Amino acid sequence: MAAIDTRPAAKVKWGLLDLIVVVFALVPVLWIMSLSFKTTATLTDGNFIPRDWTFDNYKLIFQTDQFVRALINSIGIALISTVIAVVLGTMAAYAISRLDFPGKTLLVGVSLLIAMFPQVSLVTPLFNIERNTGLFDTWAGLILPYITFALPLAIYTLSAFFKQIPWDLEKAAKMDGATQGEAFRKVIAPLAAPGVFTTAILVFIFCWNDFLFAISLTSTERSRTVPVALSFFTGASQFEDPTGAISAAAVVITIPIILFVLFFQRRIVAGLTSGAVKG
Amino acid sequence: MTATQVRHTTHAAVKPKKAALSEGKRAERKLGWLLCAPAAIVMVAVTAYPILYSFWLSLQRYDLKFPDEREFIGLTNYVTVLSDGYWWTAFGVTMLITVVSVAVELVLGMGLALIMHRTIIGRGLVRTSALIPYGIVTVVAAFSWRYAWTPGTGYLANAVASDGAPLTERASSLAIIILAEIWKTTPFMALLLMAGLALVPDDLLKAASMDGATWWQRFTKVMLPVMKPAILVALLFRTLDALRVFDNIYVLTNGANETSSVSMIAYNNLMKGLNLGIGSTMSVLIFLTVAIIAFIFVKLFGTAAPGSSDDGRR
Repeated sequence: MAAIDTRPAAKVKWGLLDLIVVVFALVPVLWIMSLSFKTTATLTDGNFIPRDWTFDNYKLIFQTDQFVRALINSIGIALISTVIAVVLGTMAAYAISRLDFPGKTLLVGVSLLIAMFPQVSLVTPLFNIERNTGLFDTWAGLILPYITFALPLAIYTLSAFFKQIPWDLEKAAKMDGATQGEAFRKVIAPLAAPGVFTTAILVFIFCWNDFLFAISLTSTERSRTVPVALSFFTGASQFEDPTGAISAAAVVITIPIILFVLFFQRRIVAGLTSGAVKG
Repeated sequence: MTATQVRHTTHAAVKPKKAALSEGKRAERKLGWLLCAPAAIVMVAVTAYPILYSFWLSLQRYDLKFPDEREFIGLTNYVTVLSDGYWWTAFGVTMLITVVSVAVELVLGMGLALIMHRTIIGRGLVRTSALIPYGIVTVVAAFSWRYAWTPGTGYLANAVASDGAPLTERASSLAIIILAEIWKTTPFMALLLMAGLALVPDDLLKAASMDGATWWQRFTKVMLPVMKPAILVALLFRTLDALRVFDNIYVLTNGANETSSVSMIAYNNLMKGLNLGIGSTMSVLIFLTVAIIAFIFVKLFGTAAPGSSDDGRR
């Protein structure tokens, strides 16, 4: 790296810039957390830090079927979609980065097109198709579009990771008598695991985040995910302001994201940047 | 660096095989197809089929409230949508949000990328913080902004707009929607740009600096040209993503005061109107809009666009 300026003045400058970024990024999150801990009486006082702290909002949402069911749906749907998308994506990315076959460029092109595809264009036709096939308002009805839109992300990120793997090892394994399939399972898969794991995180975040499909292709608690349930919250009774409950639910579904970011910051950054540029 | 490495390895791996045989080659092809088939089938089945189906539906009068009146009516739905003020208002709103947010994000994202890339203290902390907006559920962030701008409840509403409710007026609503978009997606833009920054050779910067180039000159003459492909990728992805804007609008204004995007009206038309013919027409129009914009990007920037093979990516 070019000469790093470590004078105190430079440190202060960078420190200030860092601080701006941290504040910019965290204020909205801290605000919704603050709201979730406020009591009903202080909810509308406009204070950034709660004057009275309470866990009532959390207790309340975990007592409602509406939220608990949505949380189960969210977790289940996101996990299943992630597993399927990563498995299919790994297979395809391996083929793209390793094998020579006609149609490869086409597949890369198709995934790129889907990465750019306007999802709302699918809402009306999928609504009708799923209504006719009984997929409407089921887990599978959401998992299908999630896999579809997660696949380009998975294929790109994984191909980028796979390109960095020392493939001579595979050749060595094949020389020792392993088939291509065995070489893949026994030699390459363990090396590829970190990339696969990173991709899984990115795909999970994508599925966890979705709102458009979830609100269009569901109609009951059976398959509604949390982001959608949030927007339908009415509070304990119809006359109660749902702000506290919404905030608490919002914080609950932010927890996994914060954990991912805290523990896997490096991986996420590597995954997003490698997939984007080296494509 | 990786690209060249990869090319060497593929070269080495492919050459001898070609000379050797056709049987192994055929097996390789078969395995390639087998491995790609599931992904390809899912992707095509869930996008290509519905969009074609959507085109078919768009040529029909098809209202779920009056299913018996379903009939083929040619391009009438297109005339209906394109001569409708709502469509064009939503189209304008979508374009405004896209252009303004992507432009601001490019500038802020570049700043953030520079900070994340070059900061000498707290790099991990900055990167971790920046990933939070990227990872957070858009609806959650949108609620945070909504309450922040709700008079009485919100710290921002009370501090900035003590009189009136910003989310009940068109201009301020749009500004808040754009703000929410920028907050959420600047980190993504920054990460893509940071990948480009990493490609800038330090020697080059050092040389430029020795030749007396100012920071700005180094930025515009050395860094930007090297980063151009990364910038274009980031712009393309963010532009197409911004055109989809839905979650923020749904939560912040629910389309009140003419703040609906095309995604919003397509959704509302389906859920409230239950009119599949018109809804499908909008689907096709949105699809075409995105296709045209993507096409222009790729044509203008040619090989620098993503998806071109490694060899094109110089």
